[in-house]
Amino acid sequence: MKHVPDATADRGFHPDGTTDRESVDSLLSELDEYAVEQALKLVESGIDAEVTYLTVGPGDAKAALRKALAMGGDNAVHVSDDAIAGTDALGTSLILARAVERIGFDLVITGMASTDAAMGVVPAMLAERLGVPGVTYLDELAIEGAVVTGRREGDTATERITATLPAVVSVTDRTGEARYPSFKGIMAAKKKPLQALDLEDLGIGAEQVGLGAAWSAVDSATIRPARTRGQVVPDQGDGGTELAAFLAAQKFI
Amino acid sequence: MGEILVLVGHVDGSVRKQTLELLTLARRIGEPTAVFLGSGAEAATEALGRFGARRILVVDAPEISDYLVGPAVDALAQIARSVGPAAILLPSTLDGRETAARLAVRLESGLITDAVDIEAGDRGPVTEQSVFAATYQVRAHVTKGIPVITVKPNAITPEPLPTAPEVEQVIVAFSAAATAVSVLSRTPRRKSDRPALTEADIVVSGGRGVNGAENFAVIERVADALGAAVGASRAAVDAGWYPHAHQVGQTGTQVSPQLYIAAGISGAIQHRAGMQTSRTIVAVNKDPEAPIFELVDHGVVGDLFQVLPQLEKEIARRRG
Repeated sequence: MKHVPDATADRGFHPDGTTDRESVDSLLSELDEYAVEQALKLVESGIDAEVTYLTVGPGDAKAALRKALAMGGDNAVHVSDDAIAGTDALGTSLILARAVERIGFDLVITGMASTDAAMGVVPAMLAERLGVPGVTYLDELAIEGAVVTGRREGDTATERITATLPAVVSVTDRTGEARYPSFKGIMAAKKKPLQALDLEDLGIGAEQVGLGAAWSAVDSATIRPARTRGQVVPDQGDGGTELAAFLAAQKFI
Repeated sequence: MGEILVLVGHVDGSVRKQTLELLTLARRIGEPTAVFLGSGAEAATEALGRFGARRILVVDAPEISDYLVGPAVDALAQIARSVGPAAILLPSTLDGRETAARLAVRLESGLITDAVDIEAGDRGPVTEQSVFAATYQVRAHVTKGIPVITVKPNAITPEPLPTAPEVEQVIVAFSAAATAVSVLSRTPRRKSDRPALTEADIVVSGGRGVNGAENFAVIERVADALGAAVGASRAAVDAGWYPHAHQVGQTGTQVSPQLYIAAGISGAIQHRAGMQTSRTIVAVNKDPEAPIFELVDHGVVGDLFQVLPQLEKEIARRRG
């Protein structure tokens, strides 16, 4: 899961092209809540499993883990290291892959994308690095024995897909509403184990990650000129006719 | 100039418009080679040649349709290793993005997603992206390996450049990883006479204010009068009024048409993220405070059930 700048706030960049995470409140990426929900549902359906949350990010990213633990689950792992700042998706997938290998896993569930970078590529990269199936963008998933089956809205058709565990699965916001943490859950979360790891623990050199090792570079990030608000007129009974006149003037009719 | 690999998006050889956009961009940074995976390459040759493909590399193997993404990654990786291209372009679709992600790891190459423009630069292709709900324009380039770039559909207008492409069959040795995710079934979405959401020049969308599945007919009639695609906000889709495939927004489809008409949509940030790069924006909403009005070129504060039928009638009259 990922701790991200609040999407409803004004987000921006530092001069080096990295995301400004200091001037905006951050929270657990909304799309990751669906992954938490699915993990908890699988356990509630009777599958004998332990749920571990994993995030990579600076100190305050622990808040995302606490939020997830408050929803349910067993423990959490926080990978943090000064050298990680500015790491891109390829580097992040490397860190996640090493961490997941160290923790051990049968199934990795992720959100479909983060709500900040919104690339949606880390789940596929993680599967590639782990050498396991990537069962992505599922609207529905089921586990039977060591087989995962799911439904996804593909590019041109609705697809039913299947793979054998261990696997990486990403789920969409259509898998079902995520639960709210209860007061009891919030209190219980404070006592759940939260393990801290750094790059050395994962056998990753500082030179392999961070802004300097990024596989792409931002040349410039400029604020788009705000759209100038055009005319907004109350409908006086001829709103549709006026709208047609506007569209005709713009050559759409 | 180097060779640029372009992954062809197609349905049984019928080439999708996104591919013509990729070929047009590829010509700016090198010589386009179309990579056609699956069956129907003969049907695609004319369209690919019309938009400037110099070569077409065809991988026609059953694995392509029986398994998800993996075979495409194997094919592109093997072709890239033998060709040594200057860049690889893929559409920013579900499969395109995922193929690109795995390819970048496999080729140890940088990845840029959701480009809306590409031009040649001193250090390879320079991309333009629109980020943070389209509030920022970012220019970037890949620093390591073969640049792998996904491009948003409908970001540019395809320009024809007729060529007579050479067609070559390529045999790919698929790895075990390529056949890891099986496709049990594919149910094509209901065919519509309307243009596809990502390819339409005009999109007419309805939201919470439409207030019921049956009322979407009001949106559809205006869309048909304009030859437009129909979109829907997440609220309308979650309420079950319109299929998810039509959802416009951060977690649905991101559109960038010439004209976007939002009816009964307040304009939550997630919706704005999916449509605010549209060239002209029009909104109809009862609430004068609706955030969507901040974006519009023309807004009508009123009841969409009054305004849209009148608009439809006026379009018909003007076209008379």
